[in-house]
Amino acid sequence: MSALRRTLERIRCFFDKPPLDADLEAEIAAHIEMAIEENIQRGLTPLEARRQALMRFGGIDLAKDKQREARGLMKLDILLQDLRYTFRTLGRDRGFTLVAILILALGIGANIAVFSVVNTLLLRPLPFPDSQQLARIHQKDPKGGDSSMTYSTDAMQSFQRQTQAFQQITGYFAFSGPDNVKLMGTGQPQPITGLLVAGNFFPTLGVTPILGRNFTVEETLKNSRSVALLSYPFWKRQFGANPGIVGQTINLSGTQTTIVGVLPDTFDFGSVFSPGAKADLFGPAILSDMEDWGNTMALVGRLKPGVTLGQAQVEADSIFPKLAFNNKHPDWGGRYDARLFGLRDFVSGKLRQSLIVLWCAVGMILLIVCVNLSNLLLARAAARAKEFAMRTALGAGRGRIVRQLLTESLVLSLSGAVLGLCMAFAVITWLAHQGSIALPLLSSLRIDGAALAWTFLIAVVASVLFGLAPAIRLASGNLQSALTDSGLASGQSKRHDRVRSMLVVSEITLACVLLVGAGLLLRSFLRVLDVDLGFEPSHAAAISISYDDGNDPVKRGVILQQVIQRIEQIPGIETAGITDSLPMSTNRSWGIAPKGWDFKKQGELPDTFVYVVTPGYLHAIGMRIVAGRDLTWDDTNKTLGAVIVNQTVARHIWPGQDAVGKIAEISGSSRLAQVIGVVADVHETNAETNAGWQMYLAQNAPQFGPMGANLVIRTKLPPASLASAVMTVLREINPKQPANEFKPIQMLVDHASSPRRFFVMLVASFASLGLLLAALGIYGVISYSVTQRTQEIGIRMALGATTSHVQLSIIVKTLRLALIGIALGAVASFFLSRAIAALLFDTAPTDPMTFAAMVLLIGTVALLAGHIPARRASRINPMIALRNN
Amino acid sequence: MGESKLDLLQGTLDLMVLQTLAAIGAQHGYGIARRIEQASGDQVLLNQGTIYASLVRLQQRGWIDAEWGTSDNNRKAKFYSITRSGRKQLEKDAAYWQRLSDVMGRVLAMTPEGSV
Repeated sequence: MSALRRTLERIRCFFDKPPLDADLEAEIAAHIEMAIEENIQRGLTPLEARRQALMRFGGIDLAKDKQREARGLMKLDILLQDLRYTFRTLGRDRGFTLVAILILALGIGANIAVFSVVNTLLLRPLPFPDSQQLARIHQKDPKGGDSSMTYSTDAMQSFQRQTQAFQQITGYFAFSGPDNVKLMGTGQPQPITGLLVAGNFFPTLGVTPILGRNFTVEETLKNSRSVALLSYPFWKRQFGANPGIVGQTINLSGTQTTIVGVLPDTFDFGSVFSPGAKADLFGPAILSDMEDWGNTMALVGRLKPGVTLGQAQVEADSIFPKLAFNNKHPDWGGRYDARLFGLRDFVSGKLRQSLIVLWCAVGMILLIVCVNLSNLLLARAAARAKEFAMRTALGAGRGRIVRQLLTESLVLSLSGAVLGLCMAFAVITWLAHQGSIALPLLSSLRIDGAALAWTFLIAVVASVLFGLAPAIRLASGNLQSALTDSGLASGQSKRHDRVRSMLVVSEITLACVLLVGAGLLLRSFLRVLDVDLGFEPSHAAAISISYDDGNDPVKRGVILQQVIQRIEQIPGIETAGITDSLPMSTNRSWGIAPKGWDFKKQGELPDTFVYVVTPGYLHAIGMRIVAGRDLTWDDTNKTLGAVIVNQTVARHIWPGQDAVGKIAEISGSSRLAQVIGVVADVHETNAETNAGWQMYLAQNAPQFGPMGANLVIRTKLPPASLASAVMTVLREINPKQPANEFKPIQMLVDHASSPRRFFVMLVASFASLGLLLAALGIYGVISYSVTQRTQEIGIRMALGATTSHVQLSIIVKTLRLALIGIALGAVASFFLSRAIAALLFDTAPTDPMTFAAMVLLIGTVALLAGHIPARRASRINPMIALRNN
Repeated sequence: MGESKLDLLQGTLDLMVLQTLAAIGAQHGYGIARRIEQASGDQVLLNQGTIYASLVRLQQRGWIDAEWGTSDNNRKAKFYSITRSGRKQLEKDAAYWQRLSDVMGRVLAMTPEGSV
C-alpha cells in the first residue's frame, strides 16, 4: 500500500521538479541558518559558526542529489538528460545527422519493404479462416498446362463423395479468359470478367458475403435462374458501392442475372489463385451442364480438423486412379492422380527461395549501412575525443559515456527508422497497386503490426551494431593524449585508421557479394529476354472478339474470314489472324497420337496444348512454319481434318521421318487429321520452361470447337493508335462487340517474366545502394586520412614531392583497400552464389563474365571515390598546411 | 573521542526520524537531526543533509506530513509530524529492531564451549 503510494508520488514528483527543488532549497537554507545561529549562541565567531554548520551538514549538493534520487525517477532523468544532450549535439552537426539518418532510412526502409513482402507471401496466413486446412489438388505431372491442373466435374463430385479426409471439396472453372462476359445496359457493352465457381466455393474457403448471401443449392442446378456475386472492387467501381444492388438484375451477355450478394474487400480471387488476374463477378457452376466439357475444374479442398496433408495424400493416391473421367463413359478411364498442396505452399511456395534471397540481400544492405555509420561515427569520435575526455575528467563514469553515445545512435537509428517507414510505405503502396506483376497476394501488401515490430527490432539492433564500437573506443580513450593539444597520439591514430580500414574492407566485401548476386540474376534475366519464344511479340497486338455463329462451323468460317479481310484493309495492319488462346495466357490440352497408337501396349503420350486458329494466325503472331504449309479456309474435312504440329511433336511421334502427310488421331480414334505443317516450338507458358507438345487446328473445322476468339494483328505502328479503327470494323460486323482492351502481345510476355523482372529490379537496386554506400565509406576513410595527414603531406611537398606523386600515393592506398575487399568478396561470392543457382537461368553461378564485370565496376567506383580526396591532397598548399596546427 | 562514530545501517535513519517525531511532535529537519545526535550521545556519524532524503521517503509513503511554519526564533521552516499510519509503522519497525538487537545480544554473548 505504502509502496504503491510512494511509486505514484515519485512519478508525480518527476513531473513537478522546479517547485520541489525550490522547496528543498529553502528548507536547506533554513537548516544552515538555524545551525549557524545555534553555533553563534555557543560562542563561535560568525565565520567559524558557518564553517562548522556546513561541515555538519556535509555537502549541500550531495544532499540535494540524494533527496532528488529518493524523490523522483533518477534513471529517467538521466535518460532525458542524455536525450536533450543528444538532440543538441546532433542539431549542431546537422550535415552529419542528415547523412546518417538518410543512410539509415534507406537501409531500414528497404528492410521494412522486403519484410512486408516476405510477411505477406510467406509468413502471414492466407486471408481465410483456418487457412492451414485448405489444400489445392492437381495432377502430379502438370505438363499439360491448365488441363492437367484440373479435373472433370464427375471426378470432382465422386471424390467429394468418397473422401474421408476432407470436409469439403470445391473448385472453380479454370478456363475463363479475361473479359469473357459482356455487361449490357445503356450504351456500349462493357467487357467484364466472370468466373464460375462450385456452389460451395465460398463457404469452403470461409468467405462470407458482406451483403446478401452465397449461392443456394437450387441455383447450382440445371435450368435454374442465373445469379451472380459481385467482387468488392467491381461493386465499388461499377455500382458506386450501392447496397441496394442486391436483388436487382443485370444483363450479362444477354442473360438477365440476379445479383445475390457482394463479396468482402479481403477476398481477392486473382491474388490467391491466379496472380495478376482480376475477377469482377462470380456465378455458380452448373455441374450437370459441364459433364462433357472434360477437365475444367481446379480443385480446392478443406481438410477435416486434425487430418494432415500427408494422410489426405495417401487417401487421394488410392481414390484418384479409380475416378471416372465421365460417368456416362466409364470405359474412357480417368488416368487421374493427384498431388495435394497446402494452399499457402501452392500460392507462394515457388517464390520462397527468391524471397529468402531477397531477404538476405536487404540484410546485407543493413550490415553495410551499419558499417558505414560505424565509420562515420568513428570519424566523429576522433573529433569529439576532447569533449569526452573533458567529461571524464569532470567525473563522468565510463558507463555514463557509453550510455550517452548509445543514446545518440539509438536516436539516429529510430529517426532513420521513421523516415525508412515512410519510404517503405510509399514503396509498398506502389507495389500493392502493380496489377501487372504476376505475384500472388500482392494486393494485400501492407505494413502491419509485425512489420512495425520488425522495424523497431532492426532499428535497435542496428543502433547497437553501429554504435557500440565507437562508444567503447571513445570511452576507453586515453585521457591525457586526448586533452593535449595535438589531439590523438600517433600510435592511437594508427590503430584508429586500421579499424576504419577494416570496416571499409568489409563494406566492399559485402557490396561485392551483393553485386555479383545481382549481376548473375541480371544476366539470367537478359538470357530470359533473349530466349527464342517461337513467335514475335513485338509489333503484334491482340483483342478478344465476339461473334454470333449460332454454333455453325460454316457460318463461323464466313464471319471470321470477313473479320480478317476487313481488318487487313486498315492501313498500317500488315496481317491478321484469329486464335482461341494466345501464348502465355490461358491454355488447354488434348491429345495427339499417330494413327493406330495402342495406349495400353505402347504407353501414354503427353498431353498436347491445342490451339484452334484461322489461316494467317501463325503468320500474324510471328511463328515459323518449318515444313509443310499453313491452314486454309478449306481445311474443313470432317473425316480427315488438318493439323499443324510443333517440332517437339514431330520429333517424338515420327522420329527421323517427315511428319508432313502423316495421319494422327486427335483426342481419340474417332477424330483423324493429316499433318499439313510443322512449326517451330512456342514457349506456351513462359520463356523459362521448355515448350511442350503443341498442335494447331482449323477454327472452322466442324469437329474442333474453339474456346473463344482472339484477333491478332501485326503492324509497324503502335498498336494503341489502331485500336479505334479496329473497334469500328469489329462493331460494323458485330454491333454487340464489347469494348475489350487492345493488348500488345509483348504485354503477355512481360507478364510471364514479371516475377523475375521484379526480383532482378529489387536485387539490382539493393546492389546499387550497397555500391553507393561502399563508395561513400571509401571516400570517408580516404578523405579523413588526407585531413589527418595534411601536415605530413605539406612537409612532403615542401621537400619536393610532386602533385602526381602525392595523388598516386593516396590512390594506391584506396586501391589496396578496394582490392582486399574485392578479393574477399569474390571468394565469398564464389561460394555463396551456389545458393542462388536454382534462381539462375542459363547462367552458371560462377559465370566468369559476371564476376569480371562486377570486379571492374566496384574497382572503378572505388577509384573514383578515392580520386576526390586524392585531388584535394595534391592541392594542399605546403605553406598553409605547415602553418596550421 | 577515542572511538570512531557509528555508521548508520541501511534503513535505520528512517526509523530514527519516525521515533524522534513520535517523541517530540512536529519538528523541522534541523531540529530532527540535532535531536537524533543528542539522543545518540553524539555517537552517530550523521551528515545532517542526508536526513532530507529520508524525510521525502517517509513523506511519500504517507508516514509523515509536512507543513511550512515558523520556528521559535521566528524563522520560516518546514515542520514534519508523524501520521497515524506512521505510528503504526513505527510500532512494527521498533518491535522488529528490538527483536533483532535481543537476538544479536544473545548471539554475541555466547562464550566458547567448556569455558566458565
